[in-house]
Amino acid sequence: MGRYALKRLVQAVPILFLVSLISFGIMQLIPGDPAIIIGGPNATPAELDLIRKNLGLDQPFHVQLWIYYSNLAQGDLGRSLLLGKPVLDSTLERLTPSVTISLYSLVITLFFGILFGVVAALRQNSWVDQVVSVIALIGVSLPNFWFGLMMMVLFSVHLGWLPTGGYVPMFDDFWGWFRSATMPAVSLALLQIGLLARITRSTMIEVLRQDYVRTARAKGLSEWMVIGKHAMANVAIPVVTVIGLIFSVLISGSVVIETIFSVPGIGSLLGNAILRRDYPMIQGGLLFVASALLVLNILVDLTYALFDPRVRYDGGR
Amino acid sequence: MTAVASPEPIAAPRRSARWFGRGSTLRRLAAHRSFMLGLVLFAIVLVIGIGADWIAPGDPNKLGMRFRFKPPSEAFWFGTDNLGRDMFRRVVHGARLSLSIGFGVVLLNALFGVVLGAAAGYFHKLDGPLMRLADALMAFPAVLLAIGIAAVLGPSAMTAVIALSVVYIPRTARIVRASVLVVREMEYVQAAIALGASHWRILRRHVMPNCMAPLIVQLSFVFAYAVLSEAVLSFLGLGAPPTQPSWGILIAEGRTYIREATWITAIPGAAIAMTVLGLNLLGDGLRDVLDPRLKIQH
Repeated sequence: MGRYALKRLVQAVPILFLVSLISFGIMQLIPGDPAIIIGGPNATPAELDLIRKNLGLDQPFHVQLWIYYSNLAQGDLGRSLLLGKPVLDSTLERLTPSVTISLYSLVITLFFGILFGVVAALRQNSWVDQVVSVIALIGVSLPNFWFGLMMMVLFSVHLGWLPTGGYVPMFDDFWGWFRSATMPAVSLALLQIGLLARITRSTMIEVLRQDYVRTARAKGLSEWMVIGKHAMANVAIPVVTVIGLIFSVLISGSVVIETIFSVPGIGSLLGNAILRRDYPMIQGGLLFVASALLVLNILVDLTYALFDPRVRYDGGR
Repeated sequence: MTAVASPEPIAAPRRSARWFGRGSTLRRLAAHRSFMLGLVLFAIVLVIGIGADWIAPGDPNKLGMRFRFKPPSEAFWFGTDNLGRDMFRRVVHGARLSLSIGFGVVLLNALFGVVLGAAAGYFHKLDGPLMRLADALMAFPAVLLAIGIAAVLGPSAMTAVIALSVVYIPRTARIVRASVLVVREMEYVQAAIALGASHWRILRRHVMPNCMAPLIVQLSFVFAYAVLSEAVLSFLGLGAPPTQPSWGILIAEGRTYIREATWITAIPGAAIAMTVLGLNLLGDGLRDVLDPRLKIQH
């Protein structure tokens, strides 16, 4: 296990390098002179020079690349133009709302996604199955930010049950957090529930045909035990596989969802950076998120062993 | 992402897939209920998009200050917005833009996905570098990378097409590569090599025709994602400029007045949902019929 973890980490290094290179390359895509775009149309030549100097734009390409990597090596992702703070600091500051809402969303996703998938598989081709597949299809077809806005109209404006936005820290006031986090979390979960329900359903149908399920039934186990224990253990594996994907979609979605619900998280930080053309923030934020996802995916792969004893990472048979 | 990075190797489809007659691909598609529903939904949107000038003639940006915030009625089917613009006209014309961007992304995906995927799958030497690059691009959350690229390139419809293509091409290329890897080992390919056929001829005549099924399925899903993601980009002000009303822009503009005039936001969103639903149904049907072994992928 330890060796496998090490191997996975080593394999991630070239990818991480390419990821950082892509983040650097994105900045090179800026058409025209970035200093003019950042400084605005009224900037004096002296101001433009200062911007160029601060961003290292006055240096030749290879020097820029060198500065970029030596900064990265020191954990410096650049400095936000808008906030005047290091990108890493501002990102970490706003991590908690995003993480708590993402986890909340993940819980909703896992609960409903697996529930719907399993129920549909157990009642294959019945009306229950049809209803679930329609829900799943609608889930993957609705724009989640639009769904969030529609929920806001219903639950905040008309019914007045939930606040239209904002964020209450989880540990200060759990109920307040729950009320403020529910609509963002549900909007983010919508797409994933559809995806997960479909994957769970097809896996479950596959698993139910296996010999060990028949054996479990034949030895007289209750249906609850057969499904809950023998079948679910095997359904868990593909579910774990898509958790990385789910997180990736969650982070993408959070840019718009956090902006709509005014959640002070990483998503709205990036959303703001985009609106105000805070290029270093966009670049650093992208790199931060991609690296975090890489690490997360390695962790997900390692947890396979927990769910599937057949997976042996140390090469032993 | 293991689920995405390593799709199951796909067995080569039957070589003699017929298009017409009993049991042919078209007959089976026609018998597939959800495929036909998807086809109808998508065809409706397509007709609206192409015929926008006939269905809702006039300038979608035409102001009508006397008719501000009119709810849907007989005169204004979809109501009017804060500047009295006819929402029916705007939504109909929005279909054209959203579909064009979707088509652009699908075309670029077909072109580069096939070229890069075939190159990686067919030539061992190119496989490593190309797939590492794809892994790196896929390490970024899809829509977030598109947002980042679009933010840097500056808002335009072209930007949206490029940004979304960069994001989805690695995924398409991976799927093409997976089927090329399998087909390349088939006996008829070995036979063609033995006969001294050139790489180009082998790829064009023997390999690619047998890799089409997963590609077509993937492209229909790429279209669906592109329409959804384009709405996100436009909503953030990174797609087409506000003078060209795409559905995402309509939602963004309506958001300010969502309390009093919900229809301004609700209707364009429903249009997106209908289009994407149609494409998803279409893709599911194609997958069932063309390539039953292909599982849900991204």
